[in-house]
Amino acid sequence: MQISGAQMVIEALIAEGVDTVFGYPGGAIMNVYDEIYKQDKFQHILNRHEQAAVHAAEGYAKASGKVGVAMITSGPGFTNAVTGLADAYMDSIPLVVISGQVPMTLIGTDAFQEIDAVGISRSCTKHNYLVTDAKDLPRILKEAFYIAASGRPGPVHVDIPKDVTAQIAEFNYDIDVDLETYKPHVKGNPRQIKKAIEAIAASKRPIFYLGGGIINANAAYEVRDLVHKTGIPAVETFMARGTLSHDDDLLIGMLGMHGSYAANMAMSETDMIIALGARFDDRVTGKLSEFAKNAEVVHVDIDPASISKLVNADYPIVGDVKNVVLNMLAQADKIDADKYESWRETINNFDELHPLTYHEDSERLKPQWVIQRVGQILGDDANISTDVGQHQMWTAQFYPFSRPRQFISSGGLGTMGFGFPAAIGVRAASPEKVSINFTGDGSILMNCQELMTAVEKKLPVINIILNNNFLGMVRQWQTLFYDKRHSETDLSVQPDFVKLSEAFGGIGYRVSTKEEFDAALKDAVEKGVVAFIEVLVERFENVMPMVPAGGSLFNMMLLEKKESK
Amino acid sequence: MNENARRVISVIVVNEASVLSRVTDLFSGRGYNITSLTVAPIPDSKYSRLTIVTSGSVRVMEQITKQLHKLIPVLRVYEHEDMVEKEMAMIKFPITENLSDINTLCEAYNGKIVNVGDNIVIAMVADEPKRIDNFLCAVKRYNPKEIVRSGAVALER
Ligand SMILES: Cc1ncc(C[n+]2csc(CCOP(=O)(O)OP(=O)(O)O)c2C)c(N)n1
Repeated sequence: MQISGAQMVIEALIAEGVDTVFGYPGGAIMNVYDEIYKQDKFQHILNRHEQAAVHAAEGYAKASGKVGVAMITSGPGFTNAVTGLADAYMDSIPLVVISGQVPMTLIGTDAFQEIDAVGISRSCTKHNYLVTDAKDLPRILKEAFYIAASGRPGPVHVDIPKDVTAQIAEFNYDIDVDLETYKPHVKGNPRQIKKAIEAIAASKRPIFYLGGGIINANAAYEVRDLVHKTGIPAVETFMARGTLSHDDDLLIGMLGMHGSYAANMAMSETDMIIALGARFDDRVTGKLSEFAKNAEVVHVDIDPASISKLVNADYPIVGDVKNVVLNMLAQADKIDADKYESWRETINNFDELHPLTYHEDSERLKPQWVIQRVGQILGDDANISTDVGQHQMWTAQFYPFSRPRQFISSGGLGTMGFGFPAAIGVRAASPEKVSINFTGDGSILMNCQELMTAVEKKLPVINIILNNNFLGMVRQWQTLFYDKRHSETDLSVQPDFVKLSEAFGGIGYRVSTKEEFDAALKDAVEKGVVAFIEVLVERFENVMPMVPAGGSLFNMMLLEKKESK
Repeated sequence: MNENARRVISVIVVNEASVLSRVTDLFSGRGYNITSLTVAPIPDSKYSRLTIVTSGSVRVMEQITKQLHKLIPVLRVYEHEDMVEKEMAMIKFPITENLSDINTLCEAYNGKIVNVGDNIVIAMVADEPKRIDNFLCAVKRYNPKEIVRSGAVALER
């Protein structure tokens, strides 16, 4: 079949089963947009900023487990999208991002809206392509989807010059991807797995260290089985929230900089870490030389480069987490769950000593209360995304997650402005759930133009703005480590968030009491429209516990005990 | 092993646009250092071989190797231990220097005078990098006007 490069893009997307594309048009990608206009196999969601288009594709990918697709134009369109690419790269999110480029004849001439897009995206994509001939397009698009989704997932960028989208060539998508140089190792060495099981069985205080790779690999339910069968307690990273259900007895909690006392102490006392799809991020380990000093390490990861990068693995296992966990499950009867009874008790004692909690002692609402309350009311019925800051950490700490892919947040890059567009993508992928975005008064302004996208496409995201009139997380560090010099973090001057939402056709609520909050949430959910719920919360609340950057996990700053009056 | 020992790695890559910058970006982006880099297509194949001389601890090398492996067009990466390694240098001397001395010296380092002009001669040597260092030291007294040195190439024994 002889068709144009632009038609090939459409045909390839349809063949890949893509049902939703996010994007923003412009000169260099117009040929492709012309073909989008003519088809009705997938919907196109017009975001109002390219960064948001990529974040929306990320949210879509994270909620659905499919490859997210975004489309943008050359030059400023592409540069706007870079933050999204970097975000997806850091969090291993499968995306295919297609950008227009100036015609081949103009490349290298500093033409209008020309930028070396593949040069820029090289360091923040899993792979990228500049297409120089339409006859290569079917192969490249097929490879792009394959590379994005396989192995350790990640964003793939395809840059297509305008004349290539106009060029006519043969299209045949019925081809096999044949990349001699790219063969992800999915199986996991059986001998090594057997040795790991024996080592675990011999350990006294083992712990599962669950990472976001489990969610990417759709392995959460297998991991649940393994945890229950072995009776070994588990900590979750920020990215792994929802792997175990919040009410699981064996879930100790989140570990790391804002992890719970019990999780961090358990990690410090363990003699056997079983790391599954986790990469020992510095926000998780604290000071490396003091991290889990007496522990042996079993490390399972699809990415060989993640293994032993920071912490030496005694039992390195390269493979797909799901595969490896299934293999481990088959041998799990070698592990005696009863043996860990006293270890589980020790951990429970840690938890009783310093439970994850907060004090309700101020005039204004506590942000933690708001998050817990949403959890009580909506629980499993909501998908939760967040922006970046204190509200993000409180969400990870206090929301009762009960399933994988319920929690969507920017972990690796920590991108303010991620939450709202991501929530739009989440809602597009998962319309049967309420889409909640917990955000801050700082973060929401970084992509608030997406109100228009959400309103236009009837994607009723409820943004709960925990308004502390501060760039709260930075303010917290200034309070604790810069002698309360709150340099440029005071956000006393603010827009009217209610009117802002209304100006775009959404609805807005400003609440300052529990009753008002409950009423607003109920109303927003019932109406099913795009909403801002601005909650006036305590301004000086800190996220606790906290391991100061570079400190040791077992040296946490803790919530001060409340004196009984 | 020495924390910052000199290492030689070979990387076999698919010949395609920008593959070289993918490799070098990986080094610069992670703060690794490249001492020298030699690239040429492998005859009768769709691959090229890069010979990279770098330095770093065992741990750093392991990361470099793994990260290189992650690049899609990279077929193989190996660190050389038992290898034959050669480097080349070309030197321009004034014709007024003692040419037979220079020629004799070059011969000791697998080389000779390869070009004679009106005012200058050009000599060339090919030897192990360490010995090239020595050679360049030794020819200083003949007032070399220009020196160019290639990166290393290496083959596992
Ligand atoms: C794009 C971007 N710029 C700056 C930062 C640094 N940063 C991290 S948290 C934070 C404050 C966020 O404030 P807000 O959204 O109001 O949330 P809060 O911490 O108050 O809950 C800032 C500025 C960032 N993570 N991302």
